[in-house]
Amino acid sequence: MKARIIVTLKSGVLDPQGKAIQGALGALGFSGVGGVRQGKVFDVDLDTEDRAAAEADLRAMCDKLLANTVIENYTVEIF
Amino acid sequence: MNTAVVILPGLNRDRDMIAALTKISGRAPATVWQTETSIPPVDLIVIPGGFSYGDYLRCGAIAARAPVMRAVAEAAGRGVPVLGVCNGFQILCETGLLPGVLMRNTSLRFVCREVKLKVANAETRFTTAYGNGQIIRCPVAHHDGNYFADEDILARVEGNGQVVFRYAEGTNPNGAVHDIAGIINEAGNVLGLMPHPENLIEPEHGGTDGRGIFESVMGGSALKAA
Repeated sequence: MKARIIVTLKSGVLDPQGKAIQGALGALGFSGVGGVRQGKVFDVDLDTEDRAAAEADLRAMCDKLLANTVIENYTVEIF
Repeated sequence: MNTAVVILPGLNRDRDMIAALTKISGRAPATVWQTETSIPPVDLIVIPGGFSYGDYLRCGAIAARAPVMRAVAEAAGRGVPVLGVCNGFQILCETGLLPGVLMRNTSLRFVCREVKLKVANAETRFTTAYGNGQIIRCPVAHHDGNYFADEDILARVEGNGQVVFRYAEGTNPNGAVHDIAGIINEAGNVLGLMPHPENLIEPEHGGTDGRGIFESVMGGSALKAA
């Protein structure tokens, strides 16, 4: 089973890297970029066919390691 | 005074810390490798600075899950003083022993220079050698020192006097909220700070302003004459 975890910064948390990327896009001539927020993607292979158990595991992985929930949100998608 | 230094792959300030602890306490610290599941009985545990695990995922995130950190948390729970400097501070936040998180400097630049710190709470066991509001010099060297916590956590930390050091006005090198350079846990035995007091303990360093942290937590009687 394959899963994709997306970790993003919570709104209100300053993202200096996103701001720098936004500035670079402007320098490349892309006008009208109102904002960029940088995040992370994890593609995870799991040796199970049990969707519910997989989702519970993936969420626990996010809470324990993949995301810092002080500043980040995450979504879990199972294919 | 017996001390221990936690060693993780990618740290690079461990030797400076060992030298400082040896000089000030008169005894070499025990070194505890990351795979150890227990820490010898000591009066102070120190997590030094560096780039454990190459700062992969988030600074301090992988190190915080190393076996030795469970032993550190257990010792902290028993009241053993724990000091985390720079990467050590980041690791303590990632383990949840300290509230908040250290994010990328707002300048996006690595900063390596001296800053001025204001002692915001001289009543902690790490700061009795200083006075409240005293300004001390201290070097910083980091890319991720931008302390952040949400408003609820900040209100609690400020209300409890857990902010121990702030960057003095105009010297905040990283964008840290409320100019926070160092915080302590509620129980008062776990301190984390971004600056490097271990690099300012002898006149040959250009000053001794960092000594007070070690002298405070070690207590006068355990000290070797300077």
